[in-house]
Amino acid sequence: MAFVNLQNVTYQYPLTKTPALQNVNLQVNEGEFVAIVGPNGAGKSTLCYTLAGFAPHFFKGEMSGTVEVAGKESSKSTLDEWVLNVGLAFQNPFNQISGAKYTVFEEIAFGLENIGVPREEMKSRVEDAMALTGIRDLAERSPYSLSGGQQQRVALTSILVMRPKLLVLDEPTSQMDPIGTREVFGTIRKMAEEGMTVVLVEHKVEWIAEFADRVIALKDGSVLLEGKPNEVLTSELLAEHGFGLSRYTSTAREAKKRGIWKKKICL
Amino acid sequence: MKIEIQDLRFIYPTGLEALKGISLTIEAGEQVAIVGQNGAGKTTLVRHFNGLLQPASGSVLIGDWDVKKYSVAKLASRVGYVFQNPDEQLFSRDVLTEVTFGPKNLKYAKEKIDELVKRALSLTELTDKTETNPYDLSPTWRKMVALASIIAMDTPIVIFDEPTTGQDAVNVARIANVIAELRKEGKTVITITHDIDFCAENFERVIALSKGQVLLDGPAREILGQEEILAQTYVDPPQLTRLGKRLGLKETVRNQEEFLNSL
Repeated sequence: MAFVNLQNVTYQYPLTKTPALQNVNLQVNEGEFVAIVGPNGAGKSTLCYTLAGFAPHFFKGEMSGTVEVAGKESSKSTLDEWVLNVGLAFQNPFNQISGAKYTVFEEIAFGLENIGVPREEMKSRVEDAMALTGIRDLAERSPYSLSGGQQQRVALTSILVMRPKLLVLDEPTSQMDPIGTREVFGTIRKMAEEGMTVVLVEHKVEWIAEFADRVIALKDGSVLLEGKPNEVLTSELLAEHGFGLSRYTSTAREAKKRGIWKKKICL
Repeated sequence: MKIEIQDLRFIYPTGLEALKGISLTIEAGEQVAIVGQNGAGKTTLVRHFNGLLQPASGSVLIGDWDVKKYSVAKLASRVGYVFQNPDEQLFSRDVLTEVTFGPKNLKYAKEKIDELVKRALSLTELTDKTETNPYDLSPTWRKMVALASIIAMDTPIVIFDEPTTGQDAVNVARIANVIAELRKEGKTVITITHDIDFCAENFERVIALSKGQVLLDGPAREILGQEEILAQTYVDPPQLTRLGKRLGLKETVRNQEEFLNSL
């Protein structure tokens, strides 16, 4: 059975009139790297919260259908059990950083402290995680003194250090410089190859084309399309529904329209 | 309105020297993109333009005003700054109050305030959301509220700190449109961005910062082709610029139109 299994999931936040997710079916295999694309308001972040158990455990609201990760069902688990398997890096790192710690090192250790990891192991795991994301030189800085992109790396590191089986990332590089983005995508890809399952929301489709195994296109809370990156990201359907295209795809399409390019549209 | 920066240095209380002697002139009505590695000093630099930070040494002139001699409140009449994170900026109970706050504080006449607010709301397509609490809107729309509340102040200089972060294609186009409108009105627009394709499509001048210093400064066409130097500050040239290079095009192309025309 799939490592992540969503069956007919419909979820509605409290005090809202329409569901944010409608009848979503989604299966992800262990070690697979799946990217979620979609316009703003499509339900991408809500899907992340659902996988991470925050919906409905933290946000409340109404959920139907089943959410399973690593053979456990969300509705039958508590959030503190759930976080042992699933880690979520928030879209806005500012919302994630605890505010309770003075240094980046302590911030990254925070999750491990909460699950009672022995002190020596904690230290080495924090060191390893910081090396992985290239932030060792930030260890003694205050999380709040960092730039947006640096904060984002800290937020990602503080999830990676937990070694979740399922890593959920909501636009993890949105504030990062381009080459830093490439490094982080490379790191995530490596984690997937080592067996971590990754679900990642991203607007920058050119990165998905390079790194993800599969793409799921969400629109109005439902899955519009799924498949290999080059199939999904060049689909006419996506362009019609207001999805972002890579510059390569949009330029190839325009070239075809003008008769300059005769071959198939690729990424 | 002109901005003149002379040998600007800034050191954070932690001892981190974020700006190490920056000299720049930005002419009135210029559209400038600032790019560079995380921690290069981009945000630190622009926060000197409206007095949020004060130079350790060197000077910043906004028109004829030395930022050291004017308060943040005073500088707000010349420089509008849209924060990277809208949640650090918004505080009102509804969108209309939020957008009206700035021009009201600048003590414009009532008619002018109404007109500015109306225009800002229409440019950002928020006209149907005036009564909504900004925190009931999605992060995308909160970003537009943050934009609107600064545009409504009608300052000659407008700064956007990573405006396209987390925005979909439709919203990025909306932001590009706002910048184009400000350009038509002759305003100086300074934008910090990591979205190098957005930069190539909307800005004529590019400044690349690296480790608190200016690495490159010039017309976008010249700067964006310099792959090796840009890599020093962790920036890649735009997608089509790179593709053009690989195809062996002679000119540096920045956008779709230039790319297709040069084929």
